[in-house]
Amino acid sequence: MGDTGEALDFPPGFKEMRSISSAMGSISQNANTSALPNFRNLGILLRILVIVNVLAIGTAIARAPTLRGAWAEFVEMSSIVQPVVIITVLALAALNEWLQRLRYPLGATAVAVLAIGVTVLVFSVTQAAYQDEPSAPLQRNILLALLTTGLLLVYFDLRGRALSPAIAEARLQALQARIRPHFLYNSINAVLSLIRQDPRRAETALEDLADLFRVVMGDSRELSPISREVELCRQYLELEQLRLGDRLKVAWRIDNMPHDALVPPLLLQPLLENAVYHGIEPRVEPGEISIDIYSSRSQVHAVLRNPYAPDGTHRAGNKMALANIRERLQLHFDAEATLDTRIRENTYQVHITLPYVKASA
Amino acid sequence: MTSAPLRVLIVDDEAPARARLKDLLADCSAEMPLEVVGEAATARGALDMLADKPADVVLLDIRMPEMDGIELAQHLQKLPDPPAIVFTTAYDAYAIRAFEVHAIDYLLKPIRAARLKDALGRAQSTRNPSAAALREMSKGAPAFLSAQERGRIHLIPVDDVIYLKAELKYVTVRTAHREYLIEEALARLEQEYGERFVRVHRNCLVARAAIRGFERGAGEAEGGWLAVLDGVAEKIPVSRRQQHIVRELART
Repeated sequence: MGDTGEALDFPPGFKEMRSISSAMGSISQNANTSALPNFRNLGILLRILVIVNVLAIGTAIARAPTLRGAWAEFVEMSSIVQPVVIITVLALAALNEWLQRLRYPLGATAVAVLAIGVTVLVFSVTQAAYQDEPSAPLQRNILLALLTTGLLLVYFDLRGRALSPAIAEARLQALQARIRPHFLYNSINAVLSLIRQDPRRAETALEDLADLFRVVMGDSRELSPISREVELCRQYLELEQLRLGDRLKVAWRIDNMPHDALVPPLLLQPLLENAVYHGIEPRVEPGEISIDIYSSRSQVHAVLRNPYAPDGTHRAGNKMALANIRERLQLHFDAEATLDTRIRENTYQVHITLPYVKASA
Repeated sequence: MTSAPLRVLIVDDEAPARARLKDLLADCSAEMPLEVVGEAATARGALDMLADKPADVVLLDIRMPEMDGIELAQHLQKLPDPPAIVFTTAYDAYAIRAFEVHAIDYLLKPIRAARLKDALGRAQSTRNPSAAALREMSKGAPAFLSAQERGRIHLIPVDDVIYLKAELKYVTVRTAHREYLIEEALARLEQEYGERFVRVHRNCLVARAAIRGFERGAGEAEGGWLAVLDGVAEKIPVSRRQQHIVRELART
């Protein structure tokens, strides 16, 4: 527990689970430290429920002489296991912020104490309610609860570690995939053409390009407000408009956008780049890219659409950007964020859903 | 050397890229006689323009909608006096590698005036890329066939072709509207568009999509099958050796 001082090379400070729990939404933490998972994360909670139940089923099968007996055993066990796990999980979610502030050994102990406490509580309540002879003595239940908690903590710790090198790789890949060289050189070429005819526009274009690259080359681990991402996307599209002129039409529908929602930086820009590359550039006639951003029930939705021409010249670049964004969403939000793509009537659509995490003022 | 100015055509789908080339050509014209005969945003536009105003050199962007520069270059080779081609591209690792292999001249965007001047100076003395090299570079089969008539190149979308018939040294291309003569080998067309066309006769490829059905021939073609096609009244005889396609296609 605690600092294990392993010789492994982890990327500079990253702890996946802690990311969103800290109010800033940053993923950077001290290197090589263990951390409790974020108990408010749906994916974490689901994993706990699934693992506990799998363990219960395993125990039931091991204990019962026949398979049918195993089912009866599982049902009986459930009367105590399910209330314990559900109450524990709810308590962990409620205490999440306090737990995250504790040092890891202390936090882990607190979680174990909580699990044991709930086990004792549920055990005594059921005993009192049913008045039947105890199916298993209290000590055994406590021991089982302790073992399960320990197992889960080790699992989440290992998982956190396993995921950390992934972000380094993801970032590396991201840096290559995010801005197409095609876009950079064409943009520079477009700016060069402006210098003589319209120096002021050339200035603005270079400023936009600089802003864009500041973000692309910058630290992408910190979540940033969606309003900033939108601003960046506008600058990017401004540059594309320079090249493509009337061929590129853009419709923003962001009246209901939650301005303070935190998102991974460069969440939308690579998708717009795809939309331009695959949806607008192959067309002679003008095409429209639309961007809808809105919130509903503590979730943020971003829907991007672009014209789609079903021909054979589709390239692999598209999949790379999508995989990249999916991976980053998963690292930040686990199962709570989704990215879906669909093609309907000559329109290609990407729909991103992520939890509404507010920027602390 | 002649003193006639070098006639240059600019082909690029992006207006700023064309403007940039015009600026650079203006810079170069101080040292070499140049004349920009036109600028086109599409391959079609370029062909129309060349029909009226021939050019010595075409500065040709690779990535363009509808038809890319590589395919346009293939069609341009059919002109009686084909212009020299200098490709321009911002970034296309695949094409660039091919250019290196076949020693084809190209300019990387953003383009420098000095580099442009070199390319223009060389353009007329170097050989144009060979048809084989261009074909090798193009991604997939060209979307158009091209026919040359009186110094003009007609583009025929492969989608519109009903049948291709070999006649002496030409192939007749039949669309719903008219026929064209192209200088191609039927075997090569079959190889390139084998999925789209089916050989019904030693000298004829028919678009699968255009086949409405088959009927027994009468008179001269008695006993044999005739392919009935959409868009044209003419029926194409199916040779004895290709009879099996009647069964295969009638099923579907």
